[in-house]
Amino acid sequence: MNPVGVMGAIFNLNHPAHTVDWEFIHLSVANVVVIGLMFIVFFLAILLPFPGAAGRNAARRGGGGS
Amino acid sequence: MSSVAPNPPATHAPSKSWTVKVREKGVEALPPEKLLPDGQPTYVASWIYMFGVASIASLIVIIGSGSILALKGPAWWHYTGIGHFFNSIHLWSVELFFFAMVVHLWGKYWMAAWRGGRARVWITGAVTFLVAIPCALTGYVSQQNFDAQWISTQAKDAMNSVGAGAFFNLTNFGQMYSYHVLLLPIAVVGLVSAHVLLVRRHGVVPPFELEQRKAALATAPSAGREGSPAGTDGGAQS
Repeated sequence: MNPVGVMGAIFNLNHPAHTVDWEFIHLSVANVVVIGLMFIVFFLAILLPFPGAAGRNAARRGGGGS
Repeated sequence: MSSVAPNPPATHAPSKSWTVKVREKGVEALPPEKLLPDGQPTYVASWIYMFGVASIASLIVIIGSGSILALKGPAWWHYTGIGHFFNSIHLWSVELFFFAMVVHLWGKYWMAAWRGGRARVWITGAVTFLVAIPCALTGYVSQQNFDAQWISTQAKDAMNSVGAGAFFNLTNFGQMYSYHVLLLPIAVVGLVSAHVLLVRRHGVVPPFELEQRKAALATAPSAGREGSPAGTDGGAQS
């Protein structure tokens, strides 16, 4: 089986799109997954400390920021 | 033996040349140390800015892969393995571009990044997002396949319903392709460039608490000299 055939076997796209319907909202499941991932990544970006940020802040408080 | 007296230093009248005026204005607005700084305030150490940089990195990949697709043409991107590969690189770099840009936009919205005279920084960022949407959607109708035909014949009704169909015709491949590979990419790159230069000029918006502390210091200048914010935005350079 060629590589395209293998990928086709993993991701069967030969069907109508699965959708999420709520009132006037009509979204494909794929788009809902992407939107959910964006929310998760956004909150992680807010909550997770940036590497080295604590050291820089400490150096600044100690007067050693350069 | 006689010596020649050195010439007196020449005194130049201010030049009226437009090139001099543009140069002086440019250096005044963005001196080299602001254009290419070697440090940023400590509050710039945040993941939110990584998503801004990721957007620009994605845009570079989009333009690179798109240029290759434009050079090789539809038969190549539809019928060859390497063509499929570059077609996918182009699609997924666009997905990444929007993903990163939306996270960056959300972060800057909740930081109220238009504070401190940064309205143009915010506006150029938000307008980039709006212009990037038709830039991407015209790509769907430029594929040269049944998917493009289906999308164009469905989407034309939306354009016609708002009266835009007369000059923005989704079933006109030549027009859509020109929008996709030339006009809208130029607009996006121009807006992103302006956005980055404005960030350099105005600096990154400081956190709310730092701005409040700065305002408090301004009203009581003799109090609490120690720990007063440094730099233009009240942040220590890291």
